[in-house]
Amino acid sequence: MQHALVLLRRRLISSIPVLLIVVVGTFFLLEAAPGDAVDAYLAGIGGGDAAMVEQLRQSYGLDQSIWARLWTYLLSLLRLDLGWSVAFDRPILQLIGERLPNTLLLMGSATALSFSLGSLLGILAGARPGSFTDRALSIGSLALYAVPSFWLGLVLSVVFAVQLRWLPTSGIETIASGKAGLDRALDIARHLVLPVGALGFIYLALFIRTMRAGMAEVWRQDFALAARAKGLSRPRIVFRHVARNALLPLVTLLGLQSATMLGGSVVIESIFAIPGFGRLAQEAVAGRDAPLLMGIIVVSALLVIVVNLLVDIAYGLLDPRVGTSEQAA
Amino acid sequence: MIVSVQDLTVTYRGSPMPALSGITLDIAEGERLAIIGESGSGKSTFGLALAGLLPANTTMSGTVSRAGDRAPVGGRDIGMVFQDPGTSLNPVLTVGEQVAEVARRHLRLHWRDAYRRAADLLARVRLPDPEKALRAYPHQLSGGQRQRVAIAAAIAANPKLLIADEATSALDVLVQAEIAALLRELVEERGMTLLFITHDIALASTLADRIAVFRHGQLVDIGLAARVLGQPEPYTAELIGSHLDLQTPPLIDRPAA
Amino acid sequence: MSFFARLLHSPEGLVGLLLLLLLAAAALLAPVLFPTDPLSIVAAPLTAPFTNGSVPLGTDRLGRNVLAALVHGARASLLVGLAAAAVAILVGALVGTLAGFSGGFIDEALMRVVDAFQIVPGFLLALAFVSVIGASLPTVVLAIALGAWTGPARLARAEVLSLRERDFVAAARVIGMHPLEIALREVLPNALPPVLALTAVIAAGAVLTESALSFLGLGDPNIVTWGSMIAEGRNVLRTAPFLSLAPGLALVITVLGIYLFAEGLSDALARRRIRQ
Repeated sequence: MQHALVLLRRRLISSIPVLLIVVVGTFFLLEAAPGDAVDAYLAGIGGGDAAMVEQLRQSYGLDQSIWARLWTYLLSLLRLDLGWSVAFDRPILQLIGERLPNTLLLMGSATALSFSLGSLLGILAGARPGSFTDRALSIGSLALYAVPSFWLGLVLSVVFAVQLRWLPTSGIETIASGKAGLDRALDIARHLVLPVGALGFIYLALFIRTMRAGMAEVWRQDFALAARAKGLSRPRIVFRHVARNALLPLVTLLGLQSATMLGGSVVIESIFAIPGFGRLAQEAVAGRDAPLLMGIIVVSALLVIVVNLLVDIAYGLLDPRVGTSEQAA
Repeated sequence: MIVSVQDLTVTYRGSPMPALSGITLDIAEGERLAIIGESGSGKSTFGLALAGLLPANTTMSGTVSRAGDRAPVGGRDIGMVFQDPGTSLNPVLTVGEQVAEVARRHLRLHWRDAYRRAADLLARVRLPDPEKALRAYPHQLSGGQRQRVAIAAAIAANPKLLIADEATSALDVLVQAEIAALLRELVEERGMTLLFITHDIALASTLADRIAVFRHGQLVDIGLAARVLGQPEPYTAELIGSHLDLQTPPLIDRPAA
Repeated sequence: MSFFARLLHSPEGLVGLLLLLLLAAAALLAPVLFPTDPLSIVAAPLTAPFTNGSVPLGTDRLGRNVLAALVHGARASLLVGLAAAAVAILVGALVGTLAGFSGGFIDEALMRVVDAFQIVPGFLLALAFVSVIGASLPTVVLAIALGAWTGPARLARAEVLSLRERDFVAAARVIGMHPLEIALREVLPNALPPVLALTAVIAAGAVLTESALSFLGLGDPNIVTWGSMIAEGRNVLRTAPFLSLAPGLALVITVLGIYLFAEGLSDALARRRIRQ
């Protein structure tokens, strides 16, 4: 617990300059776009007269200098106000608040699936390095890792939703079904099977490979030989001694992959028409809604920081060597 | 006679030269046998071969026969202590668990009884505050303390044979003497046979009844300690002669005054 | 055994090399094999594969030659993969080396910038970049490199920092080796395997990211890419799934080839070091 609090405090302090760089950097990047949200809006409605354009700009604050706007934005961030979405005509924070839970559900399920199955299969492969199981899983996972997740999503969709009709093709739940409680949960689960599969399979492959490699590395350690010398049962050596150590780099990987997975959710949500955070990014780009895209990037960065913090705390719980140096520091 | 080795030859996979060639020796029950030699003499390979810990693809010929009909099981019949206590203990498990698991496995104890036995063992190897040590992790202990833990784990199931492979080589000098003394005590009080592998002749001379000398995978000499060291074979004499202590003349000539 | 012999000795390296050579051949020979613009209409729409000799793999919704598009698409993928990896490594190595040598505040500041680029999901960054600057091949390359340069940066910095620590560097300096010589003969051979591994990972990731961007309609609209082919084929997914399956398979083969080749490469390098 002590270690977790120290970590939390440290992480918060060091995150602030990084977040600042993200915000300022993204702000200037989006500024470089020709035309702004008002232009996109006007293109959508077929143009408008100069007076209306001026008025729109003023109401969105788009007529001020870049520095003034940056300052205003930073201040509003402190008030947790992410601005107004021109494309959706709603407060951005509210919009994100609606969409984020769906993506978290998608990502969380994909992570849980790929991590648990990946480590188990990786242990299976790593129990006997060089065995047939090991080689088969190694090649299989490499092939799977080479598959584009969006293409996998399409393939799964064609096979299971279109041809076999076992699962729905899109959405996160049956619209206006009136279901509640467990029924609704099951309905959502059915809708999420394919997207979670598409998103998770790639990371499954990654986790299998990492666990495999980790186990091979741990087998070379002296304490693995010592465990064998003690005549312990094979399952105990494989799980409690070897895998338990090989788990550590896997946990680190979780943190590193969270950002990538968030990016991956953009395409998966687009394919399966899931009303999530990732798809919102794509819609923001299509609607040339810079404030919305800005808000999405800021929230993404925050999300990755939080996930990394949680992962680091988990790591500290799993590795007793961590935390001693911090206490000494 | 607890182990009888006849014409043992061991070649690691991918290696052109055998690590051991034609080793023939017997180990008597209750004796303390030291194997001395330089790096690459095959002494560690011998220890691993006896314990059945060589890699699966190693070629072995010759016989290693033991008293009793069943094949020896690590932990129960043979206990092994390795050179580097910093790496021979699992860093993520408590010290107590790593000792208790041996007792649980071979003495068929429940975890509670196994832990109690572990506490007794840790006390016997003279770890300060054994109850607290049960919950400690290896990185929280010193090198000497870790090696004591390793010894406790090795003897937890009362094996007949204890193999110490360079068990003191990675420790500080003062600690070396303590660990050597501990080994001698334990072996005596439990009636174990000790196979002590080392490159340190002085240590071997204080600890062993008999000494075997290995060179390039071959057995050069074997006999009572006093005879092997007192009337040494030529190679043994070289080993003894190269042993440096305070009586040795300086290696680097001083400039003329 | 020479380096190439060792590379060919490993099954992964061999298969990977063959796949990449196939890809390179397709990319280089595309204008020779299929001189007409792959985006031009050549036959009846939705011709099934293996039915018409002039369009061996059939045509898409608009009647464009699928095989020609596949072969031409190899150029985009290869180009993006190599270019993005090159840019990412160059920029990363520069920044990382600068940070490592400078130390102090500059090092801290640069590392915060690296952190910033690392916590924003690479795909989102690429998305934002392409939507702002416009969709073209150079922009896509830059967009991908924006997310990928952080790995090489950290690696370069770590190597520079270890330069100061390594025993053999100190030893080399004692016997009077010039720092540049130390860098080339001692540090570089040890640094090479992780750099190569990273290059492969970035290149493979670049190919996949480019295809995802094209799929979403944010790739270069003037050239044919496998991602855009998949997006096109999605419209007729129920009736002609082959149009989306084929380019996807091409992607899998390409990325697999890169990974296998990288594994073979690192195996060959590792074996060399053990021998020494």
